[in-house]
Amino acid sequence: MARTITALVAGLIFGLGLALAGMTDPAKVIGFLDLAGAWNPALAFVMGAGVIVTFIGYRLVLARPKPVLEAKFQIPTRTDIDAPLVVGAALFGIGWGLAGYCPGPALSSLIAGNGEVFALVGAMIAGMITVRVIRARG
Amino acid sequence: MEQFISPTIGGALIALSAILMMGMMGRITGISGILGTLLPPAPARGGEAVWRIAFIAGLLGGPLLLQAVTGESGIGAPVVGLPMMIVAGFIVGVGTALGSGCTSGHGICGLSRLSKRSFVAVGTFMATGVATVFVVRHLL
Repeated sequence: MARTITALVAGLIFGLGLALAGMTDPAKVIGFLDLAGAWNPALAFVMGAGVIVTFIGYRLVLARPKPVLEAKFQIPTRTDIDAPLVVGAALFGIGWGLAGYCPGPALSSLIAGNGEVFALVGAMIAGMITVRVIRARG
Repeated sequence: MEQFISPTIGGALIALSAILMMGMMGRITGISGILGTLLPPAPARGGEAVWRIAFIAGLLGGPLLLQAVTGESGIGAPVVGLPMMIVAGFIVGVGTALGSGCTSGHGICGLSRLSKRSFVAVGTFMATGVATVFVVRHLL
């Protein structure tokens, strides 16, 4: 129950942050990526503030022996740069640039009830399942 | 200057969420991972599924909370048509699953951990995102 409430509150704060930051407005996202056009640098502040505050906060919480509700921290340990990482990130950037939605804002935007956003999220889920199925067979 | 205040506070709120998830649950806050882990062929079950669904429910509630406070949800209308929304969504899904993360997991959390893989991922998706918008807006 504590985990569910924690995740719900964390999700709410995250979604509030995305919406306040302008990440849920695809016109702003594409304006940020449009370096050659009327570049809108505002969203660089989202990443800047996000990384700086998280960097400091992670230092503090990771100095503790374990998280409050779990036995241990689950931190990715891989350091190799492989083809799936680069190809996947390259594809993600293309899809992000085409419509202006990354996964978090796409999910948050569902609440507005726009059918086209539902279609984008449905297609995104289909893409994720496709990779997961191929990997499981691999 | 004023147009940078909301993005900065928004970014700090996203960070607060990531710190909360790490401090309480010991987890990276990656949205594509949280969603992807709920999907076939090996979806999370039991408590591992419940907290992920709760997080996503919270994500959807965020704009409602903003609307309650400020009167505006912050949600903008799509800027491309339905076919492009579907194509873009599918590519985002494939890319984030293959690349093990998106703007949150690699961007916010990975860069904060100084992860080499995340620096490569962020550099790559920023580059292809900028290139895609350049091609669509200025060449086509």
